[in-house]
Amino acid sequence: MKKNLPLIVAFASGLLILIAGFIPHKPFGMLEETLTNWFMIISSFAILLGQISLIQANVTRVAHRSPNWQYYLAGLISFAGMVVFGLLWGMEKTPGILGHGEGISQNLGSKPFDYIFDYIYMPLSATMFSLLAFYIASAAYRAFIIRNFESNLLMITAVIVMLGRTSFATWITSWIPDSWGILQLPRLTDFIMQYPNTAAQRAILISAALGVVGSSLRIILGIERSYLGGGK
Amino acid sequence: MAELMKVLGIWLGAYFTLSIFSFLYKDNPFYKLAEQIFVGLSAGYWLIYTIYNILVPNLFNLLFTDFAHNWLLLIPMLLGIMMLLRIIPSAQWLSRYPIALMVGTTAAIYMLLSFKSDFLAQIAATMVNPFKFSSPVDVVGTILLIVGVLCGVYFFYFSKKQEGVFAIPSKIGIWFLMVSFGASFGYTVMARISLLIGRLDFLLRDWLHIIK
Repeated sequence: MKKNLPLIVAFASGLLILIAGFIPHKPFGMLEETLTNWFMIISSFAILLGQISLIQANVTRVAHRSPNWQYYLAGLISFAGMVVFGLLWGMEKTPGILGHGEGISQNLGSKPFDYIFDYIYMPLSATMFSLLAFYIASAAYRAFIIRNFESNLLMITAVIVMLGRTSFATWITSWIPDSWGILQLPRLTDFIMQYPNTAAQRAILISAALGVVGSSLRIILGIERSYLGGGK
Repeated sequence: MAELMKVLGIWLGAYFTLSIFSFLYKDNPFYKLAEQIFVGLSAGYWLIYTIYNILVPNLFNLLFTDFAHNWLLLIPMLLGIMMLLRIIPSAQWLSRYPIALMVGTTAAIYMLLSFKSDFLAQIAATMVNPFKFSSPVDVVGTILLIVGVLCGVYFFYFSKKQEGVFAIPSKIGIWFLMVSFGASFGYTVMARISLLIGRLDFLLRDWLHIIK
């Protein structure tokens, strides 16, 4: 019962959406809209669940004084700060429990939540991703070691695309006459993106779509049931 | 006051930027602290974002302002609460119902979406007459596009062993895939480099005022 009923729920909800996809009229169209709305609400609770799990893990580390527990405490404090400020004074144009907090916003220049977002979260996020620029360089070295024709192709294309998006590429290939304009790096980059790249992306999309259809059918028909987990 | 807080904000931003960059030397307390603060702030940000942009307008507002017409929303709310029961081991099984609803709905939505936009639409977009173009570049490009799609799809056909003559289209498919991976790699590198330039610009312009 504990396993079969969820399978029926998955089958019924999946079937309803599929029918609505082919018969977009009452009552199926309306049912699809309702189910999609429900899906969005339940997904929000799933996000909440993820955050509760993160807090649980960090609280356990701090409580047990695990190695580096001080950093996890800092993580918990920053989480609590963001949530409290967001709940009390809201974000952007949305008011919080205490309204928009005009007084505090005047002093900070923006709402406390937005202040933390602009001056701490955004620099952290952008720097974290920009850090990858250095590691991607070392990955490039390993990827670009020419072993065979295929890795050669990958390297040449990557170099053309990287150069083709800079003003340097325009400068070094501007001498090529317009009749051979396709050899100018910016135009060659556009050609690669428009034709061979699109071809490969399309092949991947078409093949993956068939895979998605197959696995979706397995889920809806209850053949694939690993999402229910183990246990009784 | 606001001006002072702006300066403080820039200094905070510079401190955290340098803390993250310090990882390039080696793992250190500054990086660890910045990393955990980033994790905490991200979780907090997405929680507040979810509350204000999804739960409040689509659930709580509707229930509190017009319960008679929206009482059906109690069902997803109940399912959402059941989802949260996953953290209580004895009641964990109850979370299977909302998960089943989400998985069933997602599977069907993606099945329809993939079939329409990734399968049918992509095949339709590839059915182009290459000789209708006047420019030789477009003619060659479109022929490459058609050959690339056919060979690429053939490469992903695993039901029969590809050997002898049957291995040739597969090989051509790999070449197209390699060109595409190279292009994607190039784009990713450029995106990361532009983020790096953005951070250096922040440090040199907004913080140190070296660049005017």
